[in-house]
Amino acid sequence: MTEPVLKSQKALVVLGCPEVPVQQALAIHITHHLQQGGTEVLVTGNPSVLGLLKVSDPQKIYIKNTMVLETCIAEVVEKKRSGDLCVVFAHNDAAIAYAATMRYLLPACRLVVIIFGKDPEPLAAEINFPCETIIEKAVHNPAVLKKKINEVFGWAASRT
Amino acid sequence: MGCVENLNYEMILPLGASFKECREYVEKNYPEVWYVDPGYKLFDEYMIGLPPIALGIEEGKKIIFPYTKPCHGTYLLRVEDTDEVERVRKTAKNEKINKSSIRRK
Repeated sequence: MTEPVLKSQKALVVLGCPEVPVQQALAIHITHHLQQGGTEVLVTGNPSVLGLLKVSDPQKIYIKNTMVLETCIAEVVEKKRSGDLCVVFAHNDAAIAYAATMRYLLPACRLVVIIFGKDPEPLAAEINFPCETIIEKAVHNPAVLKKKINEVFGWAASRT
Repeated sequence: MGCVENLNYEMILPLGASFKECREYVEKNYPEVWYVDPGYKLFDEYMIGLPPIALGIEEGKKIIFPYTKPCHGTYLLRVEDTDEVERVRKTAKNEKINKSSIRRK
């Protein structure tokens, strides 16, 4: 069953290491849909993953606001930045640690952790904090994971 | 923890250790362990991790702590800094656990 369309005013999209290609495509997909719904989105990650997105979107049509992850974490700790939605992409142990950090720092936000890659189930088992999870084996082909994301975010009717 | 490259650190656990393995290693191998939450400032940078984050103290002057990077995973590092050890002892909110008696069982 499709969830109601997610409503958010301010979202953080936290990206992990860019070595798994579906991440960048789905980050653009999520950011696009959230912005279409009026959400202000900040995409954060390491310089490499932000560089990939900037090259893919030279006119900043989809990715409008970016910030290096360490700076973003610092701003959240210092209460200079917050959000009512946080989406974390996780395909390794480090990303789960970042998701746990965001859960602790933003206890009131809706936290959605997207767990993907070659073997997502063991990673999902590491999560011992409150959040929603979307789990799918996905490396190069984003189709099935995109469908699951659309269902959770209430975009299932979308053709994009 | 962007300034970690400026620290004179030793790597305790090789690359590829999970965050959980780092915590277990600290709890098992150091008699003095302090626990902090994500966002705790250590060496002037904010810590990342699944709470509670275990910090080990060795010889009263060295701190053992996890350091996470998105692409590389979590490293367990050791840095000698007596001032920072004292700061951890004063500011880490959670209990100090003496593991020595447990390890003898």
